[in-house]
Amino acid sequence: MSDISRRRLILGGLAAAAGVSGLGVAARLAEKYGLVPPDHGGIYGAGETLTYACQRLLTRHSFAREFPRSQISKRPFPNEIEPPTEAFKRLQAGEFVDWRLAVDGLVDQPALFSLDQLRSYPSRTQITELACEEGWSYIAEWNGVPLSHVLNLVGVHPQARYVVYFSIEPDTWESIDMADAMHPQTFLTYGMNGDDLPVAHGGPLRMRMPRQLGYKNVKFITRLTVTDSMKRFGKGMGGASPEYGYAWYAGI
Amino acid sequence: MATMGSAGVPLEPHVATSASERPATTLAPRHSALVRVTHWIITLCFFALLLTGIEILISHPRFYWGETGSDLTPPLFKIPIPASRHLVPTGYGYTLPDQNGWSRALHFQAAWLAVLTGLLYAIYGLSTGHFRKNLLPSKGDLSWRGIVSDVGRHLRFERPADAEAWSYNLLQRLTYLFVVFVLFPLVIWTGLAMSPAFTSAFPASVIMLAGRQSARTIHFFVSLALVLFLIVHVVMVWVAGFGRRMRAMITGRVGTRKESI
Repeated sequence: MSDISRRRLILGGLAAAAGVSGLGVAARLAEKYGLVPPDHGGIYGAGETLTYACQRLLTRHSFAREFPRSQISKRPFPNEIEPPTEAFKRLQAGEFVDWRLAVDGLVDQPALFSLDQLRSYPSRTQITELACEEGWSYIAEWNGVPLSHVLNLVGVHPQARYVVYFSIEPDTWESIDMADAMHPQTFLTYGMNGDDLPVAHGGPLRMRMPRQLGYKNVKFITRLTVTDSMKRFGKGMGGASPEYGYAWYAGI
Repeated sequence: MATMGSAGVPLEPHVATSASERPATTLAPRHSALVRVTHWIITLCFFALLLTGIEILISHPRFYWGETGSDLTPPLFKIPIPASRHLVPTGYGYTLPDQNGWSRALHFQAAWLAVLTGLLYAIYGLSTGHFRKNLLPSKGDLSWRGIVSDVGRHLRFERPADAEAWSYNLLQRLTYLFVVFVLFPLVIWTGLAMSPAFTSAFPASVIMLAGRQSARTIHFFVSLALVLFLIVHVVMVWVAGFGRRMRAMITGRVGTRKESI
């Protein structure tokens, strides 16, 4: 073996060892700083993790674009919803007076909120775009209470990492990290384009976050659970969409 | 740094201008190892991106211009195919199976690999002078007459001379430069402009493209341009001698015409 090839072999070995240990260190740092998504396993885990980690470093505090009133879409596309359950129909017949949002998990004061209570908190408005993973999009004015306001009311424990949210529709739930949960544009939405939020658009209560795709904007919200781990929820991938093959982090 | 020839062409040992200057056996490969490896990784990624891109497209085969657009607004144009979502008014009485989950995951993972590989290639190309020496046409070669005669030779499907196996002709250089420095950046940019999180940090990335739906439409057309490039590229490789050109891009060796038979 010539000197040159031996040197190359040694250098190559060193580079490989440095690479492997570098990856190990990177993985541990990423975990420590919350850059690893719950759906990081599987063959597409590398891509999902890279996307989420980069977006967390880039967009923790960024704001989705807001539009002038003139750009509000005249015909917002509601997409399809499942036929309403009996429970939903009963609540709808009572004009949602009995609709409750339960907040539990890692909080000081688990609580139930009525829609009137939610409406009594400082109301915020955003004119933002809702974009579906299929490709279509529309702009609407959304009216609601920032999720952070409700979380601050119940007192979130410091070890909290995710907020899991459930729909009244069976098997419909998603989760977001605390950066998105506390983001000023993440709303519990009860109004749209100056009116009550229509049922077709998720009324009476919809999770709204313009920095993620439509499927994270779950309709008919009835429960929030604050947690430090996704392991106890479903398959541990952070939502119904990831279990169905869609990315947990839908900011792309 | 290479010494410059009279025509401004660097006189590198592996950049020969005619067959006679070419030694019978050579140490330098036709394509460097990095160019060969990145070429095939990008090829793999491209096929993954194309297949999954088509899958994602069929969930909404309608295109719009501007910021917004949906089934309730008139499209710029429609692709006349059935869709994988039954609410899309396609005119077909059936719906294709929904494959968006894994398609999106593979699309973004392949995009990551392609972008990282492309970055490696770009750093290599700039630092070694690969772009300047092998892709940038020399001033002497760049003329309308040169382009016209090169187009003519391509249109006649003339098999290039053996000497040409060692460098790119003018049309090739211009095409590769366009693909590497215009189409690839544009397809990445328009892709990122569809990310609601990315555009929250860099709103100009989508505003400059006239909106989210415009970005999607441009993404589609740039992808079409890349498919067109791929087809022409493979046809040209075929005309020039498929076995030898493939060998050059896989092993780095060129060989002579006899060897390939």
